Amino acid sequence: MAKVLVVTSGKGGVGKTTSTAALGAALAQSGQNVVVVDFDVGLRNLDLVMGAERRVVFDLINVVQGDARLSQALIRDKRCETLSILPASQTRDKDALTSEGVARVMDELREKFDWVICDSPAGIERGAQLAMYHADTAVIVTNPEVSSVRDSDRIIGLLDSKTKKAEQGEKVDKHLLLTRYDPARAARKEMLSVEDVLEILSIPLLGIVPESEDVLKSSNVGAPVTLAAPTSLPARAYFEAARRLSGEKLEVSVPVEKRGFFDWLFKRDA
Amino acid sequence: MSFLSNIFARRQQSSSVAKDRLQILLAHERSAGGEAGESDLIRQLHKEIMEVIARHVAVDQDKVQIKVDRGSGCSMLEIDVEVPQELSGKRVS
Repeated sequence: MAKVLVVTSGKGGVGKTTSTAALGAALAQSGQNVVVVDFDVGLRNLDLVMGAERRVVFDLINVVQGDARLSQALIRDKRCETLSILPASQTRDKDALTSEGVARVMDELREKFDWVICDSPAGIERGAQLAMYHADTAVIVTNPEVSSVRDSDRIIGLLDSKTKKAEQGEKVDKHLLLTRYDPARAARKEMLSVEDVLEILSIPLLGIVPESEDVLKSSNVGAPVTLAAPTSLPARAYFEAARRLSGEKLEVSVPVEKRGFFDWLFKRDA
Repeated sequence: MSFLSNIFARRQQSSSVAKDRLQILLAHERSAGGEAGESDLIRQLHKEIMEVIARHVAVDQDKVQIKVDRGSGCSMLEIDVEVPQELSGKRVS
């Protein structure tokens, strides 16, 4: 039974695309068939973050409008064969996405894959609502910062009212993914803590992704952090989050680097 | 001086200021709402509940209060209808 997951946040720049790529690659590495779908029409970036930007021929809009078959638009990842990407259009605008067209594509994707992961555009407008409409599960990406938490609260409201599940009187499974977290600053009370954010948003925690240089390094080279730096702290957080999404019960812990004396002495690594 | 004031003043930590501000703001936004999300639901409910009540009793628009509170386990829908004095004793068939 395929699962449709939306990665959303309201606010821009909190790590939706990074998280989509990282979770998608983590789930695919466990042997499940995964497609990541870019809903950010006009500002596509998932292809770039995943290093597939030069392989885009057809996109989501072409498939929605019937100008291309789904199989022509899907790009298979070169590093992980169970991972595919369906890019957004860079030239068209989001009005080219029709609800019926998206529904048809989602049905087709559900048949082909175990996981359909939708990377939502920022905002709460039509684009974001289309991305979440078919979701069974939602990952709400939040930074420990006031504007991000406020926007996440708004998105949670939309997930409870503007999705197909909500219309049918069911619930979208909602999970909080706290990204760019700095345990040291939280300990010094300079940053909202995990507990603070959980208390405010009151949805279950999927994972804590620490602020890390590895995330930028990975996007620089066009690879999800779970493929480029699988042993790094953020990658480990994403791998664990992926296992929780697959139904495993794992305790969430605040990730900390275990550094040896020599690591500490020669701090830079590559 | 600033060294001493740092030690003795014990200023409120910025993260707890953030948390307090958010909690107040969101409590307000969740009940009043903007133009999307739960507020849509509330507006719709308000309209329909008013219609039902109006069939039997004349009630003022603002005597019907609807609130949604989102908790961790469940959400609570609170509907508060103030019925006119003369009807409260009567039975409506």
